[in-house]
Amino acid sequence: MKQLAVVSGKGGTGKTSIVASLAAKARGRAVYADCDVDAPDLHLILQPRIRERREFFGIKRAFIDRAKCNQCGSCQDACRFAAIFDFQVNAALCEGCGVCKLVCPAEAVEMRECLAGYAYLSDTRFGPLAHAELFPGEEASGKLVAMVREMARDLAAMHKLDLILIDGSPGIGCPVIASLTGVDQALVVTEPTITGEHDLERILDVAKHFGISTAVCINKYDLNPEAARHIEALCEERAVIVAGRLPYHPSVVEAMVLGRSVVEMGGPVADAISEMWRVLEKQL
Amino acid sequence: MKISIASGKGGTGKTLVATSMAASLATPGTSVTIADCDVEEPNAYLFFPERTLLERKECLVPVPVINEAQCTHCGKCSEVCAYHALAVLPETVLLFPELCHGCGACKIICPEGAVSETFRSVGEIFRAQSGGVEIVWGELALGEARTTPLIKAVKDGAEGETVIVDCPPGTSCSLVESVRGTNFCLLVTEPTPFGLYDLNIALKVLEKMNIPHGVLVNKSGMGDRKVYEYLEKRNIPLLMEIPLDRKIAELYSRGEIFAEKMPQWKAQFAGMVRRIEEMVS
Repeated sequence: MKQLAVVSGKGGTGKTSIVASLAAKARGRAVYADCDVDAPDLHLILQPRIRERREFFGIKRAFIDRAKCNQCGSCQDACRFAAIFDFQVNAALCEGCGVCKLVCPAEAVEMRECLAGYAYLSDTRFGPLAHAELFPGEEASGKLVAMVREMARDLAAMHKLDLILIDGSPGIGCPVIASLTGVDQALVVTEPTITGEHDLERILDVAKHFGISTAVCINKYDLNPEAARHIEALCEERAVIVAGRLPYHPSVVEAMVLGRSVVEMGGPVADAISEMWRVLEKQL
Repeated sequence: MKISIASGKGGTGKTLVATSMAASLATPGTSVTIADCDVEEPNAYLFFPERTLLERKECLVPVPVINEAQCTHCGKCSEVCAYHALAVLPETVLLFPELCHGCGACKIICPEGAVSETFRSVGEIFRAQSGGVEIVWGELALGEARTTPLIKAVKDGAEGETVIVDCPPGTSCSLVESVRGTNFCLLVTEPTPFGLYDLNIALKVLEKMNIPHGVLVNKSGMGDRKVYEYLEKRNIPLLMEIPLDRKIAELYSRGEIFAEKMPQWKAQFAGMVRRIEEMVS
């Protein structure tokens, strides 16, 4: 089984539009996983029919039983996250370490599992999809990403499909590391801007740190051809292949508004993505 | 006054807005601070190439040290660790520092007093000055997962009358940490289905946290009208629109602050901040 993760350092470079198009190319041959669990958008294009919903429990959180609490303040002194004030736990600040429970002489603290989101197994016109929604403001997005990826592997085994296509989140932190661990190939989507280039270098360093084979896609390359050339030179220096160069074209947003993939719309971006898909298939 | 700039969806123009807002507010005698809380991919400082670096320091978090001479390998520290950062083997204790939250539970539980603490760096904090704008940003070390200690450090380092907090994309704990304690949050969105979907999640975070908010629609003219219908229906103030304009995109791509090059926008930004001040007071 092969896994391809589409990520980016900078947000809004076009990951989801590209994944939806690659899904159209891989139709019937792959499983899809939306690992951008706190801003998931792939379902807006893939329009899943949900088959199963699973509960996601994130971190445990502390609860203080006021009847048992003798207001000694030990928990407030021991909490490193300043989550306890006036003998009550601020759930948004609690990191679930359990130190308050350890130090409480009155056994007034209980650690409770908290429902933090849902994960879904779905069918789409391109094949099975594993996706999720993290409740607004919740922690442990990396743990939910790991859950979605495990569900995608199960779907692949069940349907006898040997490719998993992962839509990642922007950045280089917890959910991105969880999306990249153990994949066979990462595709980093960037754009020809000073911020796109800066963020590309950081994510390429992270991929290298984890020993992941990486290719780059320069989206909207014609917006600033000079910056695009700069990015190509940077990739050459690092021996990273540029798998695709996509032009800036209104068909991308038009497709999004219609809930379709760019490849289904046709046009210059669709052609460029088809070409990129050939390169990626060879890489895999 | 602390104004946070957030979005949900990435790439909607948070940094574009934060940098132009700062440039519009900075006048002789008025200092403005940008706190760039996108510690995974900090970008705001790139728009101030003339900056002078004032300070650079490590962001340190506590991490346990096991004194093997005192350790009996009883395993209690590993059991109590909520983050699976310690593994006790018959002969030794393994620590996975990237998983540790520095809570101190292992030190409290150890019956032998074999756990002490030291500090490790999870990234760096920078402070720089460019004209009337001060920029504070953090840079998460590669391979590190937790962003919240750095975000806290960036916010602690950003002082001044007016602080503009440039938030990371997404709607999880990093956003919560970034907007916490700000007087107002400006949500930047684009009028597309993706922009609207993620805006709706980000709004729920702000409502839960009771932070007053309004919306700026960037790249207006693209996509559809659904974002506008949504804002009207929910009575959320639309504070400004920036059109989809190739000139603005090109200035941004070169790392230039568009309100500096298109100064007619400065009055717009200053006017929006005045309106925000009225809404907050």
